[in-house]
Amino acid sequence: MAKSNKPIVWGLFAAGGTVTAFITPVLVLLTLLPVVGVMPELLVYDNLHAFAGHWVGKLLLFGVIFLVLWHAAHRLRITLHDFGVRADSAVAVIVYLAAAAGTLAAAYFLLRI
Amino acid sequence: MSERIVELEVLRFNPETDAEPRFQRYSVPCMNEWVVLDALNHVKEAIDPTLSYRWSCHMAVCGSCGMMINGEPKLACKAFLRAYDGVIRVEPLANFPIQRDLVTVIDDFITKLKRVKPYLVPKSDQPVEAGEFRQTPAELKRYKQYTLCINCMLCYAACPEYALVPKFIGPAAISLAHRYNEDSRDGGREERQQEIASGEGVWECSFVGACSEVCPEHVDPAGALQQVKIRSTVDWYQEHLMPWSKK
Amino acid sequence: MSANGKPYIREVSRYRWYFSSPRYLRYMAREVTCVFIGLHALILLVALRRLSEGRDAWEAFLQNLTGPAGVLLQLVILVFAVYHSTSWFNVTPKAMPVQVGENFLPGGVIIGAHYAAWLAVTLAVLFLAGAF
Repeated sequence: MAKSNKPIVWGLFAAGGTVTAFITPVLVLLTLLPVVGVMPELLVYDNLHAFAGHWVGKLLLFGVIFLVLWHAAHRLRITLHDFGVRADSAVAVIVYLAAAAGTLAAAYFLLRI
Repeated sequence: MSERIVELEVLRFNPETDAEPRFQRYSVPCMNEWVVLDALNHVKEAIDPTLSYRWSCHMAVCGSCGMMINGEPKLACKAFLRAYDGVIRVEPLANFPIQRDLVTVIDDFITKLKRVKPYLVPKSDQPVEAGEFRQTPAELKRYKQYTLCINCMLCYAACPEYALVPKFIGPAAISLAHRYNEDSRDGGREERQQEIASGEGVWECSFVGACSEVCPEHVDPAGALQQVKIRSTVDWYQEHLMPWSKK
Repeated sequence: MSANGKPYIREVSRYRWYFSSPRYLRYMAREVTCVFIGLHALILLVALRRLSEGRDAWEAFLQNLTGPAGVLLQLVILVFAVYHSTSWFNVTPKAMPVQVGENFLPGGVIIGAHYAAWLAVTLAVLFLAGAF
């Protein structure tokens, strides 16, 4: 039998899963802090704009969004199959295209900052 | 030695007379220290000789008495009656066709096991005079846990992906392939990859982890499969992005 | 249907199989985290867009995010995100066992190292973002 090409999508899924495990909770925490009266300086417009304006910041933000989106897209594909949706090829095309579109959008917004 | 009456509810099926399986209730006088297999043996000897099931060693080595006990894949010889209250429901191993009563058709597993070459494929032919293939304790330990697999198929009964996608090669066969791949004396990895890195191989696994939870020998097939995924991913990038690195 | 002499095949419901064992429900809970992780990635995308649209757009966005609906959504995301993190780190010794000399490192050491790194990353991000 031929070897599968799944490693492409699985590799991104695993990398994204690791990234999101480390940072998604703290990113949510960051935007929740203002509710309890703590305003992280980074969330002030000028600071965040400067961060996303620097190429290091751009690269970080792009990498995170890219990997996390792929992680979510791939796991969603598996999850839909687990819920009984059998049109796996169609699901795969849709979720990966959505992740790719999100990734491109992230690049576009970042380049406009 | 104390005795109690255990209510067994056993799934019966006779392909010659039954359109579908049905439960049959037995009241079995049991010793406290008995296992479910002892209770079944008592039924067979004293109550109903028509009951069919597989067993051999009665000591969790042969791997033939796997069955669903209260919905959980177990070796009947390792399932102590004292761990259960009330009626104990005994069914044939899930995800396999029922041949008769508690006996299942296991051809699918045997075929898959053969496909992954679960034996040493020496790197080179060597005359007997050249001596043994030697191995350090560390090299042995690398794959030792996987050698404990007794082919009881409890992991297949626990695996929902095998239930949903029957072509999936499945936990035990892939972890046995991994056992030989991890063996320093072996040179057959590339041949096994043709099977286990295919669409029917490790990529059908979504890491539910149930296989490792039910393994009576504490093998960790789920871990083996994740390691195979990682290694296969590295392979893929090497083959496609660095074709010159071909071993 | 009548007896046909053939083995009997028990059908597994492809829509309801995960109700048959608590371990399958735990698994499905882990898989469903992807919906909320994905949702958070979309929030990040919207954040970038608002940021690129200027000060007013960004401040309005932040206002929304810290309103009742935004907070509720984020709390739900946080719960699923933490469940993802713990379920991810807890299986690292299976996927990446480490053999030192003859023996494998105990799983707890590998998991512990991941939790320590997680804590360090969390504190570092909070510190660098000026939350202290």
